[in-house]
Amino acid sequence: MKGKGIYQVKGSEKKIKEYTLSVLTEDKAGLLNHITIIFNRRKMNIKSLNVSTTEVNGVSRFTIVVNSTKEKIIKILNHINKLIDVLGAFLYEENEIYFQEIALYKLSTKIFMKGDIVEKIIRKHGAKILEIEEEHTIIQKTGSKKETQNLYNDLDKFGGILEFARSGRVALSKKKRKTINFLKELEKTKSNKLNI
Amino acid sequence: MKVTGSEALIKSLLEEGVDTIFGYPGGAIMPIYDSLYSYMDKVNHILTRHEQGAIHAAQGYSRVSGKVGVCFATSGPGATNLITGIADAQIDSTPLVCITGQVPSHLLGTDAFQESDVIGISMPVTKWNYQITSSQEIPEIISKAFYIAKSGRPGPVLIDITKDAQFSGLNFKYKRCEKIRSYHPYPILDENKVSDAAKLIDKSKKPMILVGQGVLLSNAEKELLEFSEKSGIPMASTLLGLSAVSCNHKNYVGYLGMHGNYGPNVKTNECDLIIAIGMRFDDRVTGDTSKYAINAKVIHIEIDPSEIDKIIKTKVAINADAKEALINLIPKINKRSHEGWINEFKECDKLEYDKIIDKEINNKEDKILMAEVVNKISNLTKGNAIVVTDVGQHQMVTSRYYKFNKPNSNITSGGLGTMGFALPAALGSKIGKKNREVIAIIGDGGIQMTIQELATISQYKIGVKILILNNNFLGMVRQWQELFFDNRYSFTEMENPDFNVISDGYRIKNNIVENKKDLDDAIEEFINFKGPYLLNVIVEKEENVFPMVPSGESVSNIRLE
Repeated sequence: MKGKGIYQVKGSEKKIKEYTLSVLTEDKAGLLNHITIIFNRRKMNIKSLNVSTTEVNGVSRFTIVVNSTKEKIIKILNHINKLIDVLGAFLYEENEIYFQEIALYKLSTKIFMKGDIVEKIIRKHGAKILEIEEEHTIIQKTGSKKETQNLYNDLDKFGGILEFARSGRVALSKKKRKTINFLKELEKTKSNKLNI
Repeated sequence: MKVTGSEALIKSLLEEGVDTIFGYPGGAIMPIYDSLYSYMDKVNHILTRHEQGAIHAAQGYSRVSGKVGVCFATSGPGATNLITGIADAQIDSTPLVCITGQVPSHLLGTDAFQESDVIGISMPVTKWNYQITSSQEIPEIISKAFYIAKSGRPGPVLIDITKDAQFSGLNFKYKRCEKIRSYHPYPILDENKVSDAAKLIDKSKKPMILVGQGVLLSNAEKELLEFSEKSGIPMASTLLGLSAVSCNHKNYVGYLGMHGNYGPNVKTNECDLIIAIGMRFDDRVTGDTSKYAINAKVIHIEIDPSEIDKIIKTKVAINADAKEALINLIPKINKRSHEGWINEFKECDKLEYDKIIDKEINNKEDKILMAEVVNKISNLTKGNAIVVTDVGQHQMVTSRYYKFNKPNSNITSGGLGTMGFALPAALGSKIGKKNREVIAIIGDGGIQMTIQELATISQYKIGVKILILNNNFLGMVRQWQELFFDNRYSFTEMENPDFNVISDGYRIKNNIVENKKDLDDAIEEFINFKGPYLLNVIVEKEENVFPMVPSGESVSNIRLE
């Protein structure tokens, strides 16, 4: 779907699904607050949020995951698009994006060293050992939330997880579009003044 | 040219054509006021008595003149006092640039004296806000502020300037903002949508135009008339759309919504096509949305894409400036007449006249009714005055009985419903349109929320007429208590001060009407007086405004009694 401009839903789609919003913005202080206020006003919980730079200098990308009906998320999307410093907000369902999360697991080294069972689990899940210290060992796994959770559940059986952290989702669309071309389109527009 | 930040601000405002500023000084904005002192011959500053007064005055000024309203306030409480007005301007799409002083940048976030996070506080109610911490930024940010406030769907912008940025120097160069790559205020009109709309219009049997404030904001009054006259389609108006079309126009069928006219409300569910122009289907217009326009397809002409399909699903959405859309639509439609359909509205009008209007304007009882006062003022001014209303019963009565004849003449707080709006907005309106009659119609509750602005009116001899429709009640709340809360009048009756003595205190000429026999003469003197004048009319204590669509019910259930 297009960035700035109008999103419309045909019929009423009332089913709650997981949606990913990818919002390209100018790199401005306070924008995060601006965006979250819009969710807050409509009492919608954000499941995950990630802010990062993009390949274009001065342009940031917000990746926001929510559970919502299409109707409700589109109203939110249209409001986000209205923010002055937002370049374009895009809405995706899971099959339209490549996405990953990263999870870090801190285990006690004592448990990690107990036989090779933990190592087998790590291998089975395609995770990586980041660091082995005397007290603790750090495991890293990238994947979907389900995948990182599965590893968590397997490791948890040994009772050795000291700390756990999971990042927000990062996602890129499957479309061919390049950010720089999208920006060029924005620059070209005649919608900066009234044409009558 | 090397100047201080504060001087750069004043020069930037002059570059934007600002002739009037409403404001209130204080510590963190003192450098700006000091610079203003040197420019007193070039720009008019009105010292209100409260920052809320300043911003409502700026709103009134903007809405009558079409220019951007400008106000100044200091940091902390000065800035927070602006918030109600900012929220009001946001929901009613009024272009404002609010300048607030801020503590020096090295004190930001330290709970310094009179520090408030006004950027954080105002974020949900501004179209854009920005904090300037370096004087270098001032010209560019001010030009952006004006461009954003005025273009597209207008709205309030707040610029917070730290005291050090006001003091420090810069080389002043000004360039008007013409473009922001992330901001697209004027969506490109989709010709196909216009053609689709034209087809629906030509096929329709019982179409209806809903006129919103977008018509006024885009100066599309002429195009609206042309569209209605060519298509033969009747026009109804929202609260903020009032005055976009003369109430005397043959195709004008009345005022929509909770206390609107009977015809346009009931006919909403009989029409087969709605052409909504620059309006946002507020709940006060739609009532129960599941029972709204049940037989109608909807064409929505709207500049703000987030309004489309927000409340009412459209068949055809034209996301464009109202004027541009109408210019394109008019040649595509057939010339038609809908006489029979318009006559159906006239029958509704007759019913409403017999049941309500006649009894109110030709009231035989001793007690004065609000409607007869407004009706007399409407007749005496021939509908040519700018009428500024507050919020409540008097507002609904004025919307029903004042027969607006000129555009941008209905200044009221619509979306936010801000009591206290009218008095300051009226003084701003008079400054914005010096040659027009400005009449503020205010309840006895609302006037006491910003009554201090009588001092501003007195000091600058601003020739507004102030009419208090005084029933010693918070009338609209009382009406709801009577109708929906079993007559339990919980904290709505007021023991009021003597408004005439207060007016004397402010050295404003005034009069009081308690008996009906004095009403005509008093109103005549009130209208004809040159200069500010306060008329206190004691009206029936427990009057109800009808028709009424009870909250949350269908527009079809509009009650006449």
